[in-house]
Amino acid sequence: MFRTILIILAVCLAAPSIASAQDLQSILQSHQKLVAKPSAKTVGTVLDDLAASGLSGTADFLERWRNKELWVRTEDGLFFYTTADGSDLTLLDIDTGETVGTAIKKDLKQIRPNGGVRKAIASALVQFQLSDPDIARRTAAVDAIARAMTADQLAPLQAAIDNEPDAALKARKTRLAGMLAASFADTTEARVAAIQALSDDISVDVRAVLNQILTTKRATAAALPEGANIAAQLTVGQDISETEAYAMLVDADLAPARVSASDILSALTANASDGRVADTPVGTLNTLEARAKVYDTLAAAGTVPTRITDAEAQRLIETHVYFDAYIEKDPAITQAARLALDGIETRVAVSQAADLTLDALSLASIYFLAAIGLAVTFGVMGVINMAHGEFIMMGAYTGYVVQLFIPNYTASIIVALPLAFAVTFAAGVAMERLVIRWLYHRPLETLLATFGISIALQQLAKNIFGTQARPLTSPAWLDGAWVINDVIAISYIRIAIFVLALIFLALIVWILRKTRLGLEVRAVTQNPGMAASMGINPDRINMLTFGLGSGIAGIAGVAIGLYAKVTSEMGADYIVQSFMTVVVGGVGNVWGTLAGATMIGFLQKGIEWFNPSNTLAAQTYMILFIILFIQFRPKGIVALKGRAAGD
Amino acid sequence: MSTLLEMSGVSVSFDGFKAINNLSFQIGEPELRAIIGPNGAGKTTFMDIITGKTKPDEGRVLWGDKGTSLLGRSESQIARAGIGRKFQKPTVFEAQTVRENIAMALKNSRGPFDVLFYRKTAEGAARIEAVAKEVGLTEELPRPAGELSHGKKQWLEIGMLLAQDPRLLLVDEPAAGMTPAEREHTTDLLKRMAETRAVVVVEHDMEFVRRLNCKVTVLHEGSVLAEGSLDHVTANQDVIDVYLGR
Amino acid sequence: MKPGFLSQNPSVLWFLAALGLFTLGVTVLAEATGTGALSTSFVKTLGKTLCLCLIAIAMDVVWGYCGILSLGHFAFFGIGGYAIGMWLMYARTEAIVSESMAAAVIPPTDQEVIDAIGTQIFGVVGSSEFPVIWAFSDSLFLQLLMVVLIPGLLALVFGWLAFRSRVTGVYLSILTQAMTLALSLYLFQNDSGLRGNNGLSGLQNIPGFEDTPQSMISIAFFWASALALGLGYLLFAFVTSGKMGSVIRGIRDDEARVRFLGYHVESYKLFVFTLTAVIAGIAGALYYPQAGIINPAEIAPIASIYLAVWVAIGGRGRLYGAVIGAAFVSLLSSWFTGGGAPNVNLGVYTIQWTDWWLVLLGLSFVAVTLFAPKGIGGLFDAIAVRRTPERVGDYGPDKGALRQEEGTE
Repeated sequence: MFRTILIILAVCLAAPSIASAQDLQSILQSHQKLVAKPSAKTVGTVLDDLAASGLSGTADFLERWRNKELWVRTEDGLFFYTTADGSDLTLLDIDTGETVGTAIKKDLKQIRPNGGVRKAIASALVQFQLSDPDIARRTAAVDAIARAMTADQLAPLQAAIDNEPDAALKARKTRLAGMLAASFADTTEARVAAIQALSDDISVDVRAVLNQILTTKRATAAALPEGANIAAQLTVGQDISETEAYAMLVDADLAPARVSASDILSALTANASDGRVADTPVGTLNTLEARAKVYDTLAAAGTVPTRITDAEAQRLIETHVYFDAYIEKDPAITQAARLALDGIETRVAVSQAADLTLDALSLASIYFLAAIGLAVTFGVMGVINMAHGEFIMMGAYTGYVVQLFIPNYTASIIVALPLAFAVTFAAGVAMERLVIRWLYHRPLETLLATFGISIALQQLAKNIFGTQARPLTSPAWLDGAWVINDVIAISYIRIAIFVLALIFLALIVWILRKTRLGLEVRAVTQNPGMAASMGINPDRINMLTFGLGSGIAGIAGVAIGLYAKVTSEMGADYIVQSFMTVVVGGVGNVWGTLAGATMIGFLQKGIEWFNPSNTLAAQTYMILFIILFIQFRPKGIVALKGRAAGD
Repeated sequence: MSTLLEMSGVSVSFDGFKAINNLSFQIGEPELRAIIGPNGAGKTTFMDIITGKTKPDEGRVLWGDKGTSLLGRSESQIARAGIGRKFQKPTVFEAQTVRENIAMALKNSRGPFDVLFYRKTAEGAARIEAVAKEVGLTEELPRPAGELSHGKKQWLEIGMLLAQDPRLLLVDEPAAGMTPAEREHTTDLLKRMAETRAVVVVEHDMEFVRRLNCKVTVLHEGSVLAEGSLDHVTANQDVIDVYLGR
Repeated sequence: MKPGFLSQNPSVLWFLAALGLFTLGVTVLAEATGTGALSTSFVKTLGKTLCLCLIAIAMDVVWGYCGILSLGHFAFFGIGGYAIGMWLMYARTEAIVSESMAAAVIPPTDQEVIDAIGTQIFGVVGSSEFPVIWAFSDSLFLQLLMVVLIPGLLALVFGWLAFRSRVTGVYLSILTQAMTLALSLYLFQNDSGLRGNNGLSGLQNIPGFEDTPQSMISIAFFWASALALGLGYLLFAFVTSGKMGSVIRGIRDDEARVRFLGYHVESYKLFVFTLTAVIAGIAGALYYPQAGIINPAEIAPIASIYLAVWVAIGGRGRLYGAVIGAAFVSLLSSWFTGGGAPNVNLGVYTIQWTDWWLVLLGLSFVAVTLFAPKGIGGLFDAIAVRRTPERVGDYGPDKGALRQEEGTE
């Protein structure tokens, strides 16, 4: 095989000069039988000759051969490519690709190489493709190697590095060759060097290569075998249980199988007759001890195999050693791989922490967006709005409806954001005017009344839009993710939501601090009576505040809808977390909400990291933590002594 | 007259603002004492500290003949120890009758199970009648407290304090919003109560204080500015500066 | 109970008489004991409704009387249901398993029986081991104890934490809601040991009464529910009358003032919270054998909010109001959602009540809060001979937790 590669290389370099020396058809005709009825054993000769020919159509031919597109004419044994022409076939010359005539199907025979042949062809093809002038083909060839690495790919790949014109692909080839070398290079030194070269690469495939090298097999023996590359010796009772140890002994034929309780039961059942087993009435056999005793009686009579006693089993376990041995025999290599992998894993852990931080930040920004509107209304008016989640839902559905009319996703999002704000602002103002205004200073009743609105709105959405999830598609430029390395990646949508959260933070701080409205809002928050006597109309402020809080919920709805599903229940999914955010952060304070969202976002991601299989458990623990947190900070993180935050 | 309550070196600050600054104060039993001071002098905080609502940053608050510390005790424990408090705004349970209001304040065991299995006694009823008579609300006993006039609510609250039978009474601006006749009645009530116990009256109204005719403590910026009879303190230059000079 | 308690609270007697009459009426019309005019499933619905009335009066005491808007009482209800459900499921599975194992040649060991029961019960969540919390499931007595103890202890611990840090008002509501959410999320997990979202099922089959027809079982549970409601009503009427009631209502209206009267407010709240939680657990233990199945969705916070809705519609601060609210709304709800209500054809659109009932309920609830804060129970005031005085105080504290200015203004 290696010879082939050298020839190809020679051919490739000198291709133009000898390209026309022969044609494919004549080479194939010289091996007519082998091509027409290829077998895995014999196909190598053909492939070698084809490679030696250096003809430009060879790669194309191999591909078509493999794909069963080659036909042979029965009459003269010539090969053709064909295209279907009704029931007939149009014949194409395999060298020129030109039409040379038509034929009826039964005059030709399709060549169907079997799996082994196709594999051989494919392998030869890779070698051609690695040096193919077309970069797409070279890339495809590299991809193919990366998918399934084998020892025989190492040499052609290494040979195809130097003359690779594309820098990026060259780097890939080099990297892939390094990975192949780590696994398959001929000498220990070469492999160790290759492994060491890999040690600053944290990608998944490199880790897979190293793990592959470090594969171990668990075994037992009377003593540690000479020359084995032992990864670890196992202590019974610590690394493996006694049952496991004994099972290993049984598997290795070092001990007889134990008679289990179910074996005893089936043996007794088999030997029962007339309600008795070995003269014992079956009725008494309802304890393990009684059964074991009767079984021993049967064993003594030779009816069933003897039981291994516990003491004997114990002795057998103790007289053997248990160990994990590397499949790779060379300790120098496993040691290097272990060292490299340890280093990589440390770096992976750091990257994972960074990734987790990004995840947590994005979750925090979602909670912030969902909660900030609630915080504004709660802080300024002391009103808990249970329908806040439904305003989020309303915003998301607004986005959905906009997309029904504006098919361009970018334009529709640009329209949807202000429209969602307008819709929920109007809904918020209406709710404040119609309901909440009458319930000031009765916060518990406000809570319940807004809850009534919440169930009505939820059911209304269900009646209008149905129960199934509706799509809110993000523009194409938000698809995909920002990939920093194999571990750290964050989708653009989440970045966009993060940016949106920052914008809203800035906007709200600006409104509260720098505008007349903000001044009046703060005045009403601190002393409504005094504010009223200063000519501020608290009714108007309350209405606008409520509208503002609801409007932000609408925008949050669009943002959440972009990455989660839009359903009538989506608001309910966020409402409790939003409350938690507000309560943990401290009421009536933008910075408090920010701190609360950050804490809850990080906490949830942190708990999920500890217990990755179970988001339900993560949420449970998070809520418990919050309940405890309230114990120590009943007023939230901010809202401490001092008015540092100012709003 | 023995010392009932002694505060010494008490300071407390909110957000860096010193509401009470190294305050020392003593009251004996029985005694009537008026506390006056401009707004922000720390009068309310002073009462908050005694009743356990606000924890001081430093200082001692000693109570009773044995001089046990009140710091670290909860509001309800302090109330049970014998300190009653009347708020500036009348706070009575408006949804309940005058009788129920007084019954709730009656000096009895305060544990939930004692209260659950509490049985009305003739003695208790007599005590309620007596308190109602004292504050002039006998007629109103079966009426809901919410229907009472402002002045009567104030008296009901004083009546509830009486029913509690405290050794020390803290009364915050009892005469605010009362008619002259009601003020007079209130003055009498306070004076009579002070015959057997310690009463601290926080008040703005000099005229009312004069009528109480008792020792006066002037608070300013969280500490005692002057102490003595009303004539004595009003002659004090510092007091004049504080009240008139700004 | 002190003499004269009943004579001082004539409404209690009226209620008990009405309940007795109702029970008698249903008995006469039921399938097993009377004419059969009422189907077994309807008798079950009525029995369940009585249980809901019981938890509603518990809710009324904690909210309407004590001012704590707990959004967690349905969690206690659910825990009661789970506690009794564990025994029902264990005992019934044991009977089935023993029967099928009796056919084996060799009699099974105790452990084999337990393993087989475990496989039966936990097969759906891919397990066969009994979790620790099932340790007492073989004993009816111990599980009945759990019905009372677990809600009680949970309420005690949670209440102690919450009241100690003086969390009140909407904060407390949200905290109780969070507790409920945490519990239901926990139960939704397969490894919670309570069969995840499958919940416990087959609870209508009472072990030991396999041969008794469901019609008989349903009327027996109806009687038990009626008895529990009657006793619960008496208990709560006793608690909310007299001095205890006075203090509790005082706490609702002005917590700080009660504290300065020398009452340890936190203990009272804890007492009320825990007592009502225990009663809620008992109500749940009676409800779920009639429902036949319990799953974590029953515990979701929304259920507790509905409970508050019932009480508010019925009328807070009066026990019979809560009963009326719970019975009225839950029966109406099952009538509407069960397709009992006729559709309304508007020409362009047909209102199907299965779709629109929740909208109607939500809006009418808003209307009740706005226009009839006394709820349906308020109607009784209008017809009562001695008109009860207008309440002047507010329902519950004014602001959220830890008011700095408590009582001073």
